[in-house]
Amino acid sequence: MNFNKIDIDNLQEESLEKVSVRERRTFMKMGLMITGVFAGGQILSVVSKVNEVFASPSEFVEKYPYKPHYSMVVRQGLCIDCELCVRACKKTNEVPDYGYRTRILTKKVSDAVGRKKEFIPILCNHCNEPPCCRACPTKATYKDTNNGIVMMDTSKCIGCKMCVLACPYEARYFNEERHAIDKCNFCYDTRLSKGKTLTACSNVCPTGARIFGDISDPENVVYKMVHQIEKQVWVLRPESGSKPNVFYMKATRSSPWDLRRQADAR
Amino acid sequence: MAKISEERAARWGYTGFSALVSSKVQLSILALLGITALCAYVVGLHGTFTGYRHVYGVTRQIPWGLLISGYIFCVVTSTGLCLVSSIGHVFGYEPYMPIAKRAVFMSIVFMLAGFTIIFFDLENPFRMAIFNVISPNFRSNMWWMGTLYGLYLLALCFEYFFLLEQNHALSRFTGFFGLLFGVAAHSNLGAVFGMLHGREFWYGPYMPIYFIVSAMMSGGAAIIFFTCFAWMINPEILDSRKERAIKAVSQLTIMLISIILFFTLWKIISGIVAPEKFVAIKAFIVGPYAPFFWIGEIGMGLVIPLILLVRSKGLNVQLMFIATGMMLIGIFFMRYDLVLAGQIVPVFHALHVEEYSALLNYVPSFHEIAVVTGGLALAGSLFILGEKILNGHQFQKHEIVPPGAFICPGCGGIHYKKEGETSEQALQRHHRMIKTKIEE
Repeated sequence: MNFNKIDIDNLQEESLEKVSVRERRTFMKMGLMITGVFAGGQILSVVSKVNEVFASPSEFVEKYPYKPHYSMVVRQGLCIDCELCVRACKKTNEVPDYGYRTRILTKKVSDAVGRKKEFIPILCNHCNEPPCCRACPTKATYKDTNNGIVMMDTSKCIGCKMCVLACPYEARYFNEERHAIDKCNFCYDTRLSKGKTLTACSNVCPTGARIFGDISDPENVVYKMVHQIEKQVWVLRPESGSKPNVFYMKATRSSPWDLRRQADAR
Repeated sequence: MAKISEERAARWGYTGFSALVSSKVQLSILALLGITALCAYVVGLHGTFTGYRHVYGVTRQIPWGLLISGYIFCVVTSTGLCLVSSIGHVFGYEPYMPIAKRAVFMSIVFMLAGFTIIFFDLENPFRMAIFNVISPNFRSNMWWMGTLYGLYLLALCFEYFFLLEQNHALSRFTGFFGLLFGVAAHSNLGAVFGMLHGREFWYGPYMPIYFIVSAMMSGGAAIIFFTCFAWMINPEILDSRKERAIKAVSQLTIMLISIILFFTLWKIISGIVAPEKFVAIKAFIVGPYAPFFWIGEIGMGLVIPLILLVRSKGLNVQLMFIATGMMLIGIFFMRYDLVLAGQIVPVFHALHVEEYSALLNYVPSFHEIAVVTGGLALAGSLFILGEKILNGHQFQKHEIVPPGAFICPGCGGIHYKKEGETSEQALQRHHRMIKTKIEE
């Protein structure tokens, strides 16, 4: 096979600044289509998810079963593993040393070009179809009918650990001090019910990797981040069918929502 | 203990606690088992007060360990005993009738043993008694399992009472409900695993089906084991009718072992093509759990007993005793494998993160082993106790023999007499002996 000789001196610059918005958009759409076709099982692009879950985009907001429908977007690329969120969570919710409500996982791709490590924060996904609530024999864990948070009624917990087994996200552990299973409740008792708008973890996140908000409100940042087609949004373990409310997306510092921190923090 | 009238004692075959003293060896075994159970519960209670987190080997990632395996083993055996014995005294298939009394008794015993084990697994067992009633979750398999097992135990107690009273109409009636609740409860236990859609290894209809069939297999093995054991304790209770019953049960057990072998085989084969399941399957075929699987589950639980039972022809008591004893140990491994296999693959395994790249590990702690040993020792001691003070669970009167029929002294079966026939003539007719005589 013959190749044309590369004219190095007259090469055009191909840095990101030179790429037009239009070109960028076409490329992303192409990527979305490709992932939609090939990675259907593992990654759900929001386009396909929207069509799957909701009838048409106009009915969108009304279709969210809760008001406010608390939700979190984790911008995976922004997490730097400082663990401020884990510490804030422990302090706010009195989480003992042997347990955690949220955690940061490390993904290492040693043969990647450039950055080789990525951090994935995990927490309770506050699923719309929570397997834990179905599993619990005494309704000790339940989905709050107002805001969709998966809550614990500690006095009813018999400690069978069925919910720990049922959870697809390993979000539960037995808390000795409470004599019950403990889990993330989006800081409902410690912050949200006291008038604060953010969870402890999203409040302290220095890079804006954790964005918290109401997904049923079109003005909310979470709504805007999820309901777009330019960036891929996915959820963890979609195959479990639990319809989680914690969304993941890739983000870099040049993201359209370049939030270094969530605006209404503190 | 309430006094039992003489007439009732005769009907029940109740010989009083004085029967215990007849053999020093048996009495010391009973004492040993009883003390083991007591010590184990003391250890268990120590765990309750120090907190299970400190003394048990279970973790956040593997929340169910040896205790759940022990519980499943006990309730599976209990359900199996009830299912297999009901073929006789509920559905009226005569050869299975003589095993009913011991089977139902052991069914209750294993249920109690299972409950004592689960008591030490639940963090707040007393809350269960309250909130199971006032805050039931009808969507939860766990709730149905617990509630139906409660009803099942109740039905079993009534069934056993009527068996003792030799009221076979009512024992059949209550036995039917026992069977109904037993199957419902047990398939719900299967569904506890089968309906966890976050756990690929278990998810699907396989679990409830497998649980029912393997319960019958365990039940068959337990009936043979405990009946042969009883014959060793007291050879006098062995008669041709019981021999025939055990032969029938051993034939059924052979068939059920073959079925479970196929179940296991297809679970492996179908698991090999599913990437996430394969990780768990591999751990059991070639990985760290291979000895449990090959030696425990397949060897001791299925293949060797199958060969021994076939070779015993349902007649060789010692061989059957060894085969089924081995089988019960193997079945314990089977339950342990089943509970662990669904948990050793971390839920975030497919995410390829560093924290969950390896399989999870679980080693039972001393406290867990003690509690399970305690449960099994309780079952063992109650078995010997029942055997001694209830005179080997014999039927005192054969009221189940229909009018116009008799128990054949030759084969142990029930034969019907024709009009004007003596038992002798009926026997000869049934066994084709008349023709031979004419030919002579």
